[in-house]
Amino acid sequence: MKPKFTPPESGKKRLTTSAMIASLASEGQATKPAPFGHALVEVARTRPEIIGMTADLGKYTDLHIFSQAYPDRFHQMGMAEQNLFGAASGLASEGFTVFATTYAVFASRRAYDFIHQTIAEEDRNVKIVCALPGLTSGYGPSHQAAEDLALFRAMPNMTVLDPCDALETEQITMALADHKGPAYMRLLRGQVPLVLDEYGYTFKMGKAQLLRDGKDALVISSGILTMRALEASKQLENDKISIGVLHVPTIKPLDVETIRREAAQTGRMVIVAENHTEIGGLGEAVARDLLLNGIAPVFKHIALPDEFLLAGALPTLHDRYGISTQAICASIKGWLG
Amino acid sequence: MADLSNLSLADRAYHIRRLAVRMGEVQGQGYIAQALDIADVLAVAYFHAMTYKADDPEWEGRDRFLLSNGHYAIALYAALIEATIIPEDELETYGSDDSRLPMSGMAQYTPGMEMSGGSLGIGLSIAVGKCLGLKRKGSSSRVYTLFSDGELDEGSVWEAIMSAAHYKLDNLIAIVDVNNMQADGPSTQMMSFEPLKEKLEAFGWYVQRINGNDIEAVQKAFDQAKSHPEAKPRMIIADTLMGKGVPFLEQRDKSHFIRVDAHEWQLALDALDAGRS
Ligand SMILES: Cc1ncc(C[n+]2csc(CCOP(=O)(O)OP(=O)(O)O)c2C)c(N)n1
Ligand SMILES: [Mg+2]
Repeated sequence: MKPKFTPPESGKKRLTTSAMIASLASEGQATKPAPFGHALVEVARTRPEIIGMTADLGKYTDLHIFSQAYPDRFHQMGMAEQNLFGAASGLASEGFTVFATTYAVFASRRAYDFIHQTIAEEDRNVKIVCALPGLTSGYGPSHQAAEDLALFRAMPNMTVLDPCDALETEQITMALADHKGPAYMRLLRGQVPLVLDEYGYTFKMGKAQLLRDGKDALVISSGILTMRALEASKQLENDKISIGVLHVPTIKPLDVETIRREAAQTGRMVIVAENHTEIGGLGEAVARDLLLNGIAPVFKHIALPDEFLLAGALPTLHDRYGISTQAICASIKGWLG
Repeated sequence: MADLSNLSLADRAYHIRRLAVRMGEVQGQGYIAQALDIADVLAVAYFHAMTYKADDPEWEGRDRFLLSNGHYAIALYAALIEATIIPEDELETYGSDDSRLPMSGMAQYTPGMEMSGGSLGIGLSIAVGKCLGLKRKGSSSRVYTLFSDGELDEGSVWEAIMSAAHYKLDNLIAIVDVNNMQADGPSTQMMSFEPLKEKLEAFGWYVQRINGNDIEAVQKAFDQAKSHPEAKPRMIIADTLMGKGVPFLEQRDKSHFIRVDAHEWQLALDALDAGRS
């Protein structure tokens, strides 16, 4: 049965979906425009083998910056994601390095077999760069890539990256130009928050980095949940709660050395926080590795539920599913009693 | 269904446009130019061609309508409101938290919405299955499906097109909105699909190509699609004008997702009113 219409309480304005498009930055937060697009233009200057391709989402993945700078190094494939990745593989097999963009749902779900067979198995130099990763769209399940990390982690030979902010997006883009073989990067597009400059951070492929130490709990996180964890850890200082944050931008291969070392410190709870379904992402990867190695801290998981998520405004959804800063603070306070 | 049968199809199209503009205002931006371009097709579908019961949207004997291009939900909601399947007050909630009218059409949310859209290039495949199912059940209901020119880029659309002809699905009427626009720009420049009529004919369909904003032509095309004697699926290629009926939107730089200034919504309604006389 479809739901019945309930009129809104009078005078109560509901948040709208589109007003909140790509509003990952909190009010007053510093941002940078289109970090991926600008970084790709920069790195491509000296790398003539770099080609950009998209499936009718150039404007929505910041690849239009590249296509405007190098119109003759860009291929518009139309809205045809399978063809996009098959053709990207073909170009790569002729010696080009291809940055291919679409939304995370369409790469991971629509084109999975094409990527599996022609890019991962054939070991091609294709960098799959996808907007709207995890829960970063209010359009409902069709645009919410809650399982993208699980799917790409499960693909042999795929490097999987989940940057936190504009700075890291630029650095990963540069690193991908040098990286050999297939990679999947979650893309933050448009006005992207700038967070990690404050921590003097530099991305290193395959490395987790402790951004902040803390004695009550260690949050192991990736992507925008690192930004949220950092905000939460600052807020929790007021409650005399001390939270460490270990940022893990490379989801695969996982920096198990650093994770084991940090998680083994006695007396602090380990919390994995990810913008992803509870199934198959960073949380399960970390838990498995720790257990296999006899490290068993008190373990908690902040992640999206195993269900089709609702449509609506992003801040509302992040609150509802427990990945807003406020919700994270509340969870941590609850766990630490 | 309320007896409002003295209204002309042009009246219906005008109402659909007004309702869509009012929903557009709730968001302040969006797929309003598409809603305006497809209003005439929806008016003919819902007030001339299709059989349904407004008070029982899941009635077994209904014709099915599949919205493959889910972002056109704003247009379909307007038609469903005009058809009294959805209450008019509800348009205030379009694309808002806890609404039954999300920006991208979803079967679980909305009465009269037969499929979950958002991932494009899928509706025609569902339509093929529904047509096969209806034939198996001995039903004389038809399946209508609306999709967009951007969807022509998806290989899956051509798989469905081929299978519909293979199974001689004469209970399928597909309408493609050729508004020459998709996300990155004009469709014909993103991926060439012309000559479309000839292609679809070569794939075994009965094809008509019409001005989708000429309501008489649309009506005739639906009639012919229903009565055509050959055992073939039917395609109506509707060439449309984005923003149709609101001259300042027709002339504005075309794009897939438009911003409209706060004061312009009333101007758009005024323009629709002016266009009637
Ligand atoms: C499979 C899939 N790929 C990409 C998208 C993103 N997308 C949403 S609308 C759109 C353009 C589709 O073309 P069309 O419906 O003709 O656009 P319009 O006429 O509404 O401008 C794209 C690429 C999608 N929704 N589904
Ligand atoms: Mg179009």
